[in-house]
Amino acid sequence: MKTINLTESTVRDLNQALHDQARDLREREWLVTHPDGKHNLAVGINEALSIDIQGHAGYYCAGMNQKASVTVHGNVGVGVAENMMSGMVRVKGSASQSAGATAHGGLLVIEGDAGARCGISMKGVDIVVGGSIGHMSCFMAQAGRLVVCGDAGDALGDSLYETRIYVKGSVKSLGSDCIEKEMRAEHLEELAELLNRAGFDEDPASFKRYGSARQLYNFKVDNASAY
Amino acid sequence: MSNEYSPVLRESATFDRLTIQEIQRAAETGIYDIRGGGTKRKVPHFDDLLLLGASMSRYPLEGYREKCGTDVVLGTRFAKKPIHLKIPVTIAGMSFGALSAQAKEALGRGASIAGTSTTTGDGGMTPEERGQSQHLVYQYLPSRYGMNPDDLRKADAIEIVLGQGAKPGGGGMLLGMKVTERVAGMRTLPVGVDQRSACRHPDWTGPDDLAIKIAEIREITDWEKPIYVKIGASRPYYDVKLAVKAGADVIVLDGMQGGTAATQEVFIEHVGIPILSAIPQAVQALQEMDMHRKVQLIVSGGIRTGADVAKAMAMGADAVAIGTAALIALGDNHPRLDDELKKIGSAAGFYDDWQNGRDPAGITTQDPELSKRLDPVEGGRRLANYLRVLVLEAQTMARACGKSHLHNLDPEDLVALTVESAAMARVPLAGTRWVPGQGF
Ligand SMILES: Cc1cc2nc3c(=O)[nH]c(=O)nc-3n(C[C@H](O)[C@H](O)[C@H](O)COP(=O)(O)O)c2cc1C
Repeated sequence: MKTINLTESTVRDLNQALHDQARDLREREWLVTHPDGKHNLAVGINEALSIDIQGHAGYYCAGMNQKASVTVHGNVGVGVAENMMSGMVRVKGSASQSAGATAHGGLLVIEGDAGARCGISMKGVDIVVGGSIGHMSCFMAQAGRLVVCGDAGDALGDSLYETRIYVKGSVKSLGSDCIEKEMRAEHLEELAELLNRAGFDEDPASFKRYGSARQLYNFKVDNASAY
Repeated sequence: MSNEYSPVLRESATFDRLTIQEIQRAAETGIYDIRGGGTKRKVPHFDDLLLLGASMSRYPLEGYREKCGTDVVLGTRFAKKPIHLKIPVTIAGMSFGALSAQAKEALGRGASIAGTSTTTGDGGMTPEERGQSQHLVYQYLPSRYGMNPDDLRKADAIEIVLGQGAKPGGGGMLLGMKVTERVAGMRTLPVGVDQRSACRHPDWTGPDDLAIKIAEIREITDWEKPIYVKIGASRPYYDVKLAVKAGADVIVLDGMQGGTAATQEVFIEHVGIPILSAIPQAVQALQEMDMHRKVQLIVSGGIRTGADVAKAMAMGADAVAIGTAALIALGDNHPRLDDELKKIGSAAGFYDDWQNGRDPAGITTQDPELSKRLDPVEGGRRLANYLRVLVLEAQTMARACGKSHLHNLDPEDLVALTVESAAMARVPLAGTRWVPGQGF
């Protein structure tokens, strides 16, 4: 295992060392100590590395991740795993706004709560949140699945496309074109699988499913007030 | 008054025929008008400026003998690999989706022949355009359609788009008829939806966040690539200062005349400011930060001729970008299409329904049959020719002003024809020393 101490090395050193592994793999296991809320930690990785960040991270931690598995033993700032393509990011604490924004693939697990706009414009990622999420989550979300074991804030799934949302607790309000949908066997199955992969011991039957009513897909004069 | 009493009917200036027609259209359909192109009404523009050729107090360069350089280096501030272009005219970002794959390829081909860059758009990078573009700028937009780190690493520069001159403050749209399987697949959307793209970035707001976002993209790409920030002109003095503070290498400033593939007519005509009025504000902001020429300025919005290029550069731009003119060079609105355009309710020289995908030129369409009409090799050749003419024209004017490089043109080479343009461009009214707003 290779350790990088961020009181001695810079964020640039860390990211360059991680990127170099995609060209010439020398070390799979990485430990990052003293992150102290620094931004842009472990961004743009393109190799199946395993990275443990021992503390809190700032903005865009594990941004655009490909293949790597990143665990943050603390809280994270805005945009954790933004635009992730594949791999896995696990946050042991809570996440700020825009967690998993626009991410195309992989699995993002937040064991605590997530702030506003969780899963905004998500494009295929799976996000599982142990706690609650803030307002405007899944705004314009296009694909992938969001699972929330706690509650959801205002305007969940506003202008949603094809993302499927599962919430166990209460939903303060649904955004335009987002509706509660029937939980069928295939949904219980995919939810069970997601909870299992995320390592949460929850009963899928206690969740409700939300999705797009698909009324705003094509502009209709009668829907003008919903835009 | 009817012509029973008088042979001349009087048209109202307030309720002219176009206005009446628009009210009738709105009453009929209940929806705003959406179209492509830029502002159609007349606003102060480069035509309102003149260059002062040399005579006694300055001497000109020999038109055919003496060198007038045209190259430009973009991204010298932080990027390890700045872009070196042979000419200061770049191709603006236009999406695959708005344009056919053939059109994107033709733009890449034309730009590469001319030694300049082309730019992706709101819909990701296609292999056709990457393959044919020697210098390709990859746009990073609020929608992040098709955004991925592999393409980021393949790009030669990255352009973070805050807005467009045609619609500062507005998001994009691509109507259902153009959201074909390939377009939808690249954007992760259902086929045929009227796609609306976000107007704000999903994971940052404001200049402090932007600084962190720029740092993230630099980290992902190992500080190699220039990072541009594109701004729709509305408050350029402040926006440029904030973008530079946030770490931009290059500012792209797009004025209200700038084209779009699809936007509400009311937005195109009434939001934003003319590029003429935006450039001096941007240059002032850069100069106050001691960043003029260190952070390069690319301007766009209604650039058509070498005179426009020379005047924009004399005002302080390092380069210009073209959208609409490049499409016209490829064959948009060509007279030979007049009959077909008439069948769809338009005519050559007027066609602006770029949103609806029925372009007989094969440019603003996703219809496979129509797209096939554009030969990317021939289109590329036409665009390269047009770019050459722009540069030759600009050089001709620069030499006449005694300049051995287009970058040596400066505001002292300019005067204005109207009080408005003098005030906006901050150059004297022709024949006077009067710059409105700056006293005598
Ligand atoms: C068909 C078309 C599509 C466009 N698509 C985009 C886009 O995806 N992203 C963007 O930033 N600007 C887009 N623009 C705006 C251009 O990048 C540029 O700002 C504008 O065309 C410059 O003005 P001009 O057309 O007068 O040259 C588009 C313009 C046109 C004409």
